[in-house]
Amino acid sequence: MKLHSGHSLIVMIGLLIGTPVGLGTFTFYYANGFSYLSDNPKSCINCHVMNSQFESWKKSSHRAVAVCNDCHTPGGYLTKYAAKASNGFAHSWAFTTGQFKEPIEIKPHNRERVEVSCRNCHSALLESSHFSRQQLKQVTCTHCHSQVGHNK
Amino acid sequence: MSEFKIKNNLKLLIAVAAASALLVGFISIILKNISEKKKEAEAPYHQIVEINDTIDDPAQWGINFPHQYASYLKTVDQIRTRYGGSEALYQTPSKADPRSIVAQSRLEEDPRLKIMWSGYAFSEDFREERGHAFMLTDQELTKRQHFAKQPGACLNCHASTYTAMKKLGDGDLFKGFAQLNQMSYPEARKHVSHPVSCIDCHTPKTMQLRVTKPAFIEGIRTVKETEGIKEYDVNKMASPQQMRTYVCAQCHVEYYFKGQEKRLTFPWKNGFKADQILSYYEQEKFKDWIHKETDAPVLKAQHPEFEMWNMGIHARSGVSCTDCHMPYERVGAMKITDHHVRSPVLNIQRACQTCHRWPEQELKDRIENIQSRTFEMRGVAMDALTSYINDLKQTKNTMEPKKLEQAHDYHRRAQFLLDFVEAENSMGFHAPEETLRLLGLSIDASRKGQVLLKSKTCEPKEKDCGVSGK
Repeated sequence: MKLHSGHSLIVMIGLLIGTPVGLGTFTFYYANGFSYLSDNPKSCINCHVMNSQFESWKKSSHRAVAVCNDCHTPGGYLTKYAAKASNGFAHSWAFTTGQFKEPIEIKPHNRERVEVSCRNCHSALLESSHFSRQQLKQVTCTHCHSQVGHNK
Repeated sequence: MSEFKIKNNLKLLIAVAAASALLVGFISIILKNISEKKKEAEAPYHQIVEINDTIDDPAQWGINFPHQYASYLKTVDQIRTRYGGSEALYQTPSKADPRSIVAQSRLEEDPRLKIMWSGYAFSEDFREERGHAFMLTDQELTKRQHFAKQPGACLNCHASTYTAMKKLGDGDLFKGFAQLNQMSYPEARKHVSHPVSCIDCHTPKTMQLRVTKPAFIEGIRTVKETEGIKEYDVNKMASPQQMRTYVCAQCHVEYYFKGQEKRLTFPWKNGFKADQILSYYEQEKFKDWIHKETDAPVLKAQHPEFEMWNMGIHARSGVSCTDCHMPYERVGAMKITDHHVRSPVLNIQRACQTCHRWPEQELKDRIENIQSRTFEMRGVAMDALTSYINDLKQTKNTMEPKKLEQAHDYHRRAQFLLDFVEAENSMGFHAPEETLRLLGLSIDASRKGQVLLKSKTCEPKEKDCGVSGK
């Protein structure tokens, strides 16, 4: 086949596209990118910042019944990955640039998410409790049970 | 192919190449960053020099641990807090004292201290403590050195002593300890070269915390014995979290030099409370000096931070000295202990907010609230004591011996309990309620002493005549 200038251009464009794709794939693999799609709590300590949260979870009463995702991400398939994506982006941004306040603190909307998760599993308990619906709106579970997920 | 087409294709090529270059560049940066962080997490340190049990020079350890060493060097900082810290003040260097910068004089701030310590070296020179970096120089150059001959035992807590003691004792730490205690200060000074250093708290091979000061090893064993634990070995039996307090408690404690051998001893046989310590001293018939104004045999309390912390809520909750005074900080992907030992008030975010999720100003207000109350009551106790000293000074020569002895008992008691609070470096924060209890007892002793001076006789069975509360 005779090589036209058009052909060589296509080859070059292919190379130029292929290089970043290849490098990107390797980076993704090197950074354990696929682990973030799983529910394995160990993927949350890929970047070490969460080490103490992981350690305290291991010592908590919930370690046998709930992993990170059970409390910190929503239940639905799409909403779960949307939450993972938005938190994942915020976390990688913070960790890469080093611009974040320590000790790290949960964001308000993520705190609400945790509260919803508590009530999802413990709905029977809530229905049988002596709190009124109004009262239940005013308190959060973790206000009193702060050590059930992370036991310091 | 027309020229037009080639031109267009070229444009496309340039555009794709530029985008691709940017993307590759960006991904490479990310890749490099991830790789660095992975390495940081894998190897918390790189061994460049070998550290063994004979190296007391912190700079050598610092080669392997640059982050910790860098923060350790920062203890030269002089920053004032509301009730503590030190301020860098200029002074004209002289032959006797070549320091051009010192901390503020506490004696000038509160002249009542001179009356309280009258006849003792502390009434001559007492400045606000500076950071760890200055512990050796500041002790060497204090005017207290000229007031009375200081023993080598002082160096137990003003220098890195581990290697010196090992050498002196031919490998036996306790033998070396006994020798150092008995030397004169200038003689002992020749055997040490650094302020407290890495080796005093860390095992060279594993960096595990360890206690190397013999006085604490003996002191804590005494305490554990009273709790029914026999032959307690702190380096084998303490938990890692306890060690994060015990390494500090090697020095930040009340102490005395026992007997002719001047053996550094921690007076904990009866307990950690100031009145328990006082009762121990009375059993031992120990005194630090004879008060110049009243002739009472009195005691000087010294930085009892560990004892006071023991009485407070933070100790009860399992919070160690290190948690607040050397909190964790992050360097890259590493979590390291900040070796810039300092007041938590200067580092509220890391020291307090890890547990207390309140705004920084709110926490600072809470701390200063406790300290202001303590400071107010300390002043009241100081007034009570100085006024008692004044009264006793005028009547001491006309008193019958038994009554004088009881008056001296009150003086010693009031003095020691107040000094325990005064010498403790937290202005009440480590244990607010206990601090106020001690100040209350001190005021009580001063005033009861004054009542005794006014009473005509002293009845031995009357409780108020002796030292109450023993």
